Amino acid sequence: MTRQPLFAKNPSLLIFLACLALFTLLVTVFSEAMGTGLISTSFVKTLGKTLCLCLIAIAMDLVWGYAGILSLGHFAFFGLGGYMIGMWLMYARTRDIVVTSMANAEIPPTNAEVIDGIGNQIFGVVGSSDFPLVWAFAHSLTLQLILVVAVPGILALIFGWLAFRSRVTGVYLSILTQAMTLALALYLFQNDSGLRGNNGLSGLQNLPGADHIPQATISLWFLWASALALALGYGFATWVVSGKFGSVLRGIRDDEARVRFLGYSVEGYKLFIFTVTAIIAAIAGALYYPQAGIINPAEIAPIASIYLAVWVAIGGRGRLYGAVIGAALVSLVSTWFTGGQVPSIPLGFYTIDWVDWWQVVLGLSFVLITLFAPKGIGGLFDLFTGRTPPNRHGKDLGPDSGALQEQEADA
Amino acid sequence: MNLLKNTLAGSLVMAGLATSALAADDTIKVGVLHSLSGTMAISETTLKDTMLMLIDEQNAKGGVLGKQLEAVVVDPASDWPLFAEKARELLTVEDVDVIFGSWTSVSRKSALPVLEELNGLMFYPVQYEGEESSKNVFYTGAAPNQQAIPATDYFLEELGVEKFALLGTDYVYPRTTNNILESYLKDKGIAAEDIFVNYTPFGHSDWSKIVADVVALGADGKKVGVISTINGDANIGFYKELAAAGVSADDIPVVAFSVGEEELSGLDTTNLVGHLAAWNYFQSAESDLNDEFIAAWKARMGEDRVTNDPMEAHVIGFNMYVKAVEAAGSTDVDAVRSAMYGLEVPNLTGGTAVMLPNHHLAKPVLIGEIQADGQFDIISQTEEVPGDAWTDFLPESAVLKSDWKDLGCGMYNTATSSCVQIQSNY
Amino acid sequence: MRVILLALAAILCLAPSLQAQTGPVQDLLQTHRALIEKGSRKSIAPAIDAIAASGLTEAQTVLQTWQAKDMWQRKEDKLFFRAEEVAKKTYRLYDFDSGEAVGDFDKGDLKQLKPNSGVRAMIGAALVRFQLSDPDPVRRLAALEAIQRDAEASHLEPLRASIPDEPDATIKARKEQLATLLTLRFGSDEPTRLKAIESIATNISLDSRAALNTLLTTKREISVGPAPEGTNVAAIMKPGKDLDQDAAYDMLADKGLVPPRLSPADIRTTLAAHIDGGKVAGVPVATLNTDEARAKAYAALVAQGMAQSQPTDGEIAAALAAHTIYDAYVEPSAAVTAAAEKALASIKTRVSMNQMLDLALDGISLASIFFLAAIGLAITFGVMGVINMAHGEFIMMGAYTGYVVQQLIPNYTVSILVALPLAFAVTFAAGVAMERLVIRWLYNRPLETLLATFGISIALQQIAKNIFGTQARPLTSPGWLDGAWVMNDVVSISYIRIAIFVLALTFLALFLFIMKRTRLGLETRAVTQNPRMAASMGINPDRVNMLTFGLGSGIAGIAGVAIGLFAKVTSELGSDYIVQSFMTVVVGGVGNIWGTLAGAAMIGFLQKGIEWMNPSNTLAAQTYMIIFIIIFIQFRPRGIIALKGRAAGD
Repeated sequence: MTRQPLFAKNPSLLIFLACLALFTLLVTVFSEAMGTGLISTSFVKTLGKTLCLCLIAIAMDLVWGYAGILSLGHFAFFGLGGYMIGMWLMYARTRDIVVTSMANAEIPPTNAEVIDGIGNQIFGVVGSSDFPLVWAFAHSLTLQLILVVAVPGILALIFGWLAFRSRVTGVYLSILTQAMTLALALYLFQNDSGLRGNNGLSGLQNLPGADHIPQATISLWFLWASALALALGYGFATWVVSGKFGSVLRGIRDDEARVRFLGYSVEGYKLFIFTVTAIIAAIAGALYYPQAGIINPAEIAPIASIYLAVWVAIGGRGRLYGAVIGAALVSLVSTWFTGGQVPSIPLGFYTIDWVDWWQVVLGLSFVLITLFAPKGIGGLFDLFTGRTPPNRHGKDLGPDSGALQEQEADA
Repeated sequence: MNLLKNTLAGSLVMAGLATSALAADDTIKVGVLHSLSGTMAISETTLKDTMLMLIDEQNAKGGVLGKQLEAVVVDPASDWPLFAEKARELLTVEDVDVIFGSWTSVSRKSALPVLEELNGLMFYPVQYEGEESSKNVFYTGAAPNQQAIPATDYFLEELGVEKFALLGTDYVYPRTTNNILESYLKDKGIAAEDIFVNYTPFGHSDWSKIVADVVALGADGKKVGVISTINGDANIGFYKELAAAGVSADDIPVVAFSVGEEELSGLDTTNLVGHLAAWNYFQSAESDLNDEFIAAWKARMGEDRVTNDPMEAHVIGFNMYVKAVEAAGSTDVDAVRSAMYGLEVPNLTGGTAVMLPNHHLAKPVLIGEIQADGQFDIISQTEEVPGDAWTDFLPESAVLKSDWKDLGCGMYNTATSSCVQIQSNY
Repeated sequence: MRVILLALAAILCLAPSLQAQTGPVQDLLQTHRALIEKGSRKSIAPAIDAIAASGLTEAQTVLQTWQAKDMWQRKEDKLFFRAEEVAKKTYRLYDFDSGEAVGDFDKGDLKQLKPNSGVRAMIGAALVRFQLSDPDPVRRLAALEAIQRDAEASHLEPLRASIPDEPDATIKARKEQLATLLTLRFGSDEPTRLKAIESIATNISLDSRAALNTLLTTKREISVGPAPEGTNVAAIMKPGKDLDQDAAYDMLADKGLVPPRLSPADIRTTLAAHIDGGKVAGVPVATLNTDEARAKAYAALVAQGMAQSQPTDGEIAAALAAHTIYDAYVEPSAAVTAAAEKALASIKTRVSMNQMLDLALDGISLASIFFLAAIGLAITFGVMGVINMAHGEFIMMGAYTGYVVQQLIPNYTVSILVALPLAFAVTFAAGVAMERLVIRWLYNRPLETLLATFGISIALQQIAKNIFGTQARPLTSPGWLDGAWVMNDVVSISYIRIAIFVLALTFLALFLFIMKRTRLGLETRAVTQNPRMAASMGINPDRVNMLTFGLGSGIAGIAGVAIGLFAKVTSELGSDYIVQSFMTVVVGGVGNIWGTLAGAAMIGFLQKGIEWMNPSNTLAAQTYMIIFIIIFIQFRPRGIIALKGRAAGD
């Protein structure tokens, strides 16, 4: 195996970046902000959000598809990232309002009065008016941006360190991560947590100081930012998995004990990948929620993280473009079906209304994909590249089924 | 399709056939923004059906301004960010003239910025915590002073309750309502230690300890009353536990703000007879309009279906909208909004609902006792109470008022005589 | 105009006939008509008292009719009658005086009087004197309950008088007990009251505690100098110790005894009121955006005599020293309050012990619910290692089966007896089908089982919604499970929870029996430990897996019926329990039923314990419990009862 440039080693990276660039360009050209309006602003926002979901799907693929840790808690980090940026957005926007309204007063306001006013506005709706401690840095964009990375990163670090140290693996780890996200969601649901409980943070699409800029333009900015983040994330992920580090990760996935006996610090590798993916998830979340407009605890309920795993499974885990395809396809198709735009199918005795039956179709398609196409949609690409597994006459491919050691060793 | 429509509209304007682009469409589009799946579907599906029924009835009468009404139903799936997305879709892609929708406060808050940005119009039909008045929303449900305060007065004066247990689901409506009530009760001379507050998660089912705590409150010889802002499904477990513990309404009365006919249909009410609910409407209200409405509803949806307060709110809201459009002669949002103020339509309880300049209604407050058949026996009915957007019982909001008609401000500080903000705090 | 004339004529013609119906009772009611029509507890007292004190023989009937909401008013002449529904919307009226039927009337011509429960309680209190010796024991009990709710001093004598002639022993005991409670509150002489207090010093019932606490009602008073002689002082509040200094001063200020402290808002308002040419007392307005600048400007205003000065710390301390803030008993007799304090103190320890017992019962109950929900999972996940995310939906299917059976069989007892095995059968079949179609292909891919079963779970949930709608469906328990087992006023537990506890125990026994004593159990254990070896011994692992999975699912179905009975039946019922169930199994230790039991017990008690510490926020209790579980698993990754040796191998 010789050292090759990243792009030469991973032709898919170039193709992906080209597709992404083309996609962004097309959306931009046809968006409302550019005049044609073929793509409505709400759809631009949907597309921008989808890009963020693709980014967290890449994180999920890294941690699950490559390292074999089925985390059912990555949406917790996604949500935390959203909360961190949301705090600044709310604070700064409210400060503008309060300062303007207080400017009319006869006596200029003191600093404390301004802060009280902001607190009143933000927390009045949940029956409080004082700033809780967690809002200590909300006044500064820089600090909050650092927190976007730091808070989920530190949480993942502590949680991962505890879990991997006691060698919690497999299904147990999945359930533990699920418990973590449930605990976080329940905690945020409480009003006492200081993040407005069930209401969460809202009005995030209105950027402070950008009242005069139409949402059509802002939605494009976020689309670009999301596309850039996705491109960087994809590049980073490709780089991580293509080197020796990636080989060790796959080794851990396929047989943890062997890798440990070879002298690698399995816990260290796992902890690193868990924390890094948590940070990627948080960045995706920080870009997602300003487009969604509101973040609240329901967003990080355990079911969201399970859906994330399902996207990756449908797209095809163990390959980065698979995760992107899965996330984009399932979330867009879901939007389409629940939008009530899909015509119902009259069967004579019963009319299939997609709003009612879409979930059923979705659920059953997970089952079918798991059973019949474990490689997911990404597996279709193997038909072109000729990457087919050797015929082992029905036996498992490796120590754990689904493992593709021989093929990957060629890379 | 959209492109075609716009071109068509444009050409018609050119021809001078219409005064506005919207009028070029041959229908008036009514967006229905209620969750049809997810946790809130239990309550909101009914409202979607109500809207479809009202629209059909109006079309049968010949529509509005000679145009047919067309319902555009979308499903935000109890997913709060989706309310913003769907609201934007309704207003920009579907070009609806008005939206009827939302149930939870958080879903309303999610849609609010979009409505204000795009100058849409929404009718919100559910009782809520107040402390809000948006230019683009008409609140046809009860504000706290139209439900919570009168019910508390009833407890204090008619039932002689001296000790209060405020039980609620942990979200904004109970939090804010309880906050207002705590402040109100303290004004009325109830000591802080005589107010017990508890918050439970959505769908809570294990109520034994909380009920035991409430019963134990009676140990100091004061009459205990429960004010419940428990939401949805959780009520079933709560009332079952209450019945099992043998808590009679004569000993510890419970007044609920979120329990109506619909919620009781999931329960055996024989053990709950005498407990109370406060609303602006009960199915048992005696009026001809109500009889007609119930009959139409049952004919459409089935004999076993019941009607409830948010449905009445939609009926009032819809009738007002129709009247306002007719008065304004167009569906232009600003014109309709100006036409709404002071508009009167009959409510289903036999009185008249008036739209106030603060976008709230004047409605009567009804208090009903649960009966064995799952209906309410109305034992108290007040005159129409004007809805108050900013409660008078919290110091921060006592100085605020909302008047969109003359002041053009939803958050006007009467102490400093200045408008705090035109847009809402979400 | 003619219409009005005609109407007048009609009224005149009717008048004589109506006149004939009045009698002393009707006259009395008409005298108080306005109050009766208004029906407000605040104003109704004179009307009730007048009827009760009228000495008329019909007074009792009138009050009872009124209380039962059977008193109606005829709209045309405002007369009051007792009414009975004879047909839909048609009522027959009876005259109170004569007791005779007056005729049948349409509901539209009548108005029902609906006394609210406050008024009903007052009527009940007024009825006490008639009902205490009523031949009907139900009425006597009603009278006692009325006393219990609204005790009055006037009740004591009639109650005492009625005791000797009371034929029923239980009612007599209750009367005596009530008489004691009334004596200690309203008794005329101190010794009898003290004796009454002493006699209930060990009684933890709510009534006796309520009676004692009523004696100990205090009122916060302020006096200049020490508390006045002759007041029964409960406690003197020392500012800075029992009471915050500022709060104490504010209390004095509220009474108008001292000048109030000024809030920043007050200062601001005062400053704003004295703006003069862009300056306040010489300080430019623009610079008033700090507290220091404002204080300076305000001080200048005070110096000019244009504002009230802020009390200094010294002034506050002096004012507080000059006044006494104390709590005084409303009850004047110090001996009585002292005795009551003593009695309450001894009751208190008993009550808290009983509260602990009640909490333990709640904990056991919650644990048995968790156990019941998790026991099926303990089989499928614990024994077979299959992650079944659709387990919760099997619970839901069981609950809906119960609902459907109740629609078909109206008798609740029979329907429950039918529903339990039927729920088992339905979910057993569903489990077997799922195992055959999906799970058996994924036995060596546990993580993918998780995804596939999750897919099934959301499909099943949506199908349930499509079939049954989104409304919660009633699943009503049979009458004999209504109510609660009451040990005393503190400790009680509902029968339905006891039934669930029994059911959980039954399934524990059943599980142990099947696993340890039957061929299926033996085969299951063999297949679990080593499928190939088991197969070579002639066991068909496919069949065993299928049956075991079916069994686990079937038990989930029965759990569903039980959970539906005490909570609600919705399509989301299952998802409420799935995470908790997995945690129960994992915390307890996978592959061991005792572990599941231990896990359920730990989670149940822990949750109740945290709720007890923070009674105002149940959500917090759940949050902290999950965090505790996460930490617990870090230290015992294999659960409370960990399998050892080979069985523990991954």
